Amino acid sequence: MSIEIRRKGGIGESVRRVDGIPKVKGEFEYASDLRRDGMLWGATLRSPHPHARIVTIDVSAAAAAPGVFAVLTAADVPGKKTFGLDVQDQPVLASDVVRYAGEAVAIVAAEDAELARAALKKIAVNYAVLTPVTDMEEALEPTATPVHPQGNVVRTLQIVHGDPNARADVWVEGTYETGMQDQAPLGPESGLAAPAADGGVDLFIATQWLHADLEQLAPCLDLPPEKVRLHLSGVGGAFGAREDVSMQIHACLLALHTKRPVKMSYGRQESFYGHVHRHPSRIWMRHGALHDGTLVNVQARLLVDGGAYTSTSPAVIGNATTFAAGPYEVPNARLVGTAVFTNNPPCGAMRGFGAVQACFAYEAQMDRLAAALNLDPQQLRIKNALRSGSVLPTGQPITGTAPVRECLQRLRDLPLPAEESPLDRDPMLLPGGTGNVGHGESIKRGVGVAVGYKNLAYSEGFDDSSEAWVRVTIDREGPIAEVKTAAVDVGQGIDTIVTQIVRTELGIDRVVVRQPDTTIGSSGSSSASRQTMMTGGAVQLACQAVRTEIERHGGLQDLRRPVEASRVFHHRPTRKLDADGQGDPHVSFAFGAARAVVEVDTDLGLVRVVQLAVVQDVGRALNPQSVLGQIEGGSAQGLGLALMEEVALIDGLVKNASFTDYLIPTILDMPPVVSEMVEEPEPGLPYGAKGVGEPSTVVVPAAVVAALRQATGRDLRRAPVKPDDLVGL
Amino acid sequence: MVVRVKVNGEWREAEVWAGTSLLSLLRDALNLYGSKNACEQGECGSCSVWLDGALVCSCLVLAAQAHERDVRTVEGLRDDGRLHPVQEAFVEAGAVQCGFCTPGFVVAVADLLQRDPDPSPATVREALSGNLCRCTGYQKILDAVSLAAARLRTQA
Repeated sequence: MSIEIRRKGGIGESVRRVDGIPKVKGEFEYASDLRRDGMLWGATLRSPHPHARIVTIDVSAAAAAPGVFAVLTAADVPGKKTFGLDVQDQPVLASDVVRYAGEAVAIVAAEDAELARAALKKIAVNYAVLTPVTDMEEALEPTATPVHPQGNVVRTLQIVHGDPNARADVWVEGTYETGMQDQAPLGPESGLAAPAADGGVDLFIATQWLHADLEQLAPCLDLPPEKVRLHLSGVGGAFGAREDVSMQIHACLLALHTKRPVKMSYGRQESFYGHVHRHPSRIWMRHGALHDGTLVNVQARLLVDGGAYTSTSPAVIGNATTFAAGPYEVPNARLVGTAVFTNNPPCGAMRGFGAVQACFAYEAQMDRLAAALNLDPQQLRIKNALRSGSVLPTGQPITGTAPVRECLQRLRDLPLPAEESPLDRDPMLLPGGTGNVGHGESIKRGVGVAVGYKNLAYSEGFDDSSEAWVRVTIDREGPIAEVKTAAVDVGQGIDTIVTQIVRTELGIDRVVVRQPDTTIGSSGSSSASRQTMMTGGAVQLACQAVRTEIERHGGLQDLRRPVEASRVFHHRPTRKLDADGQGDPHVSFAFGAARAVVEVDTDLGLVRVVQLAVVQDVGRALNPQSVLGQIEGGSAQGLGLALMEEVALIDGLVKNASFTDYLIPTILDMPPVVSEMVEEPEPGLPYGAKGVGEPSTVVVPAAVVAALRQATGRDLRRAPVKPDDLVGL
Repeated sequence: MVVRVKVNGEWREAEVWAGTSLLSLLRDALNLYGSKNACEQGECGSCSVWLDGALVCSCLVLAAQAHERDVRTVEGLRDDGRLHPVQEAFVEAGAVQCGFCTPGFVVAVADLLQRDPDPSPATVREALSGNLCRCTGYQKILDAVSLAAARLRTQA
């Protein structure tokens, strides 16, 4: 029997999720559902101050409280005292200084969650309150208090391209801001640590990247990495929030200290304090063009607020700066990006990762430029659009596909939704829904378009890889393939994609995906739109090795013993940027274009998004239903940033750490999303498939705000747009 | 205090603290983890269950309020081990991603369709406006509701 290349349930089909049935039955085990006999509950004491010196901590009353098994502070951390993805500058528990409100100061393990929380209140911390640095511009002033000894610059980079002094006929200039967005995955940060007989620890955890957690945990626990075993538990969404460590080290410390299993699970409020957010941005741009609309020169200064610790700020500002000129051919540019430390909550990864903030600014500029030139904004975009072979401001040529024009043209071809009279419609369909107390007399409609792009996988020379193991055996029912990787299914569906790849490569219908853990090599993070490429690529390689071996044995029907193989997939190497920002920083790019149709009630400042349309470059859709699901979900998060989502900070204090006060789009806020895929397989990527999770989030905020500008004529410069920005026309 | 609740057709008893929510009773005392805890404030609907046939956020109901009453959870939705048509439709339509909101949505949709077998799009949106989903953007959830409604009408 020879192996067919395409099987039912293989790539290209909208195969049902492998975890769908357990999830609809309520049987899928999430990290917050974990239980062990004799387990304790952990809880975290957090700083109420954004900046303070810890004078004393007295835990004696908490330690003596009934049902309390451990109260730990920085002094109890046996190994390295700090952690972090890029730079280990964040204390496991603060010892001398707290740098943001919400920073962990002490942890408790108790018989149950209530007793643990009650014990926190018995810990007496004497703080000497210091003035916080909370504005990113002020953080850069010479007189600013340094948040860290080395100062307040996390990273600054400059990209100089062509002649940055090149002259243009027409210039437009503007400063744009985006707020701090929360990923708000519905599943809270949770995990369970169990001490092991060998003196090590097993951690069952909802994370995006098991091995990055391991690398940070083992030194802090002062254990060799082989004694710290991470096992993936069910993940209730991530969107970047689980890329950094939250409760992982704390739970392990408590378990090792008490010699009991310890569970930690954040509530919603603590979740807002317990993970990083999307960087707020302040971006100045100046665009110069010829009278015919040819872009000549882009100048940009980008600032993002990294908050109190480094996290992934260097990569976020790297992205924002390298993408600052947009998906356009720009012969001359000077782009300067800086990420700063402040005493605001730490910012790190969130879907779109720096590309969102840049797109919000450069697309607003393109509309302004079109107005200044008296040109059609879509024509202006199409005229300057990147194409395969274009050279980016970093000097990097685009070697893969770049269907920017295709995305914009197909978007333009999509029919606009019909205009409806506000007078005779269901009040639910008014801006603000049934909360609209007007009669529709002040409703104005607007349409906005944005195009943008995002890198796939890690950039700037990072050695990015994924490992997969595949084994084929024959049992009574026939052949069965098992596959194991450390790739995390955060909900995006990598487990299903892996199954499809195995079916396609091996022609075997029965595929079992083993639960990821750290006994296999790293798969990297489930972020940066990279798992389908990286882990999909590794699984493809392992399957091909297995297939060769099976064929050597005369095919599946003659297979007497299991055949297995492990393979590691690397994407093509990238290069760091030099002092002028020149290099080959990115692997590949995915493009997308969005159109938003909005209605604004200008008496009330209320908005209804009537429709979102997104055309996205996907390379090749391995599971079309799941690709569309990513486009739609990413659009919703983009709409949230445009209209409602912002972690509200006053003097470094979070004012809305709940779903009552931090609003994410509901089913009433979300309009129908018309999504289309542009399929031009990307050379060099497995099956030609590009990552699909991020482009819609990159472009939708810019499109929605552009539509609001068109509806109202207001020069809206900041997202989220608030009712006050729209009333009183 | 001891609370006695009929859960999915079976009387269950548990000793709980007076401030315990129905959600905590279900999850922590009765080991029914299908109802999820995502906001503790009745904003997200992940903990939706029926209390005497009425849809409630079990995080907002005290366990004591459910004493001697009937509770039905997502675990009680299946019939003879077969998936409920709403559950089936969620899987087919791609309405599940991370799945954390799914049990609450499935319960809320089943509740809607037993009250209104042929709801208008606006009715569906209104009925589900108390359930948050962060993954899907809701489009495929709406597809699932249409699919389930059509199937349930055929069965009826």
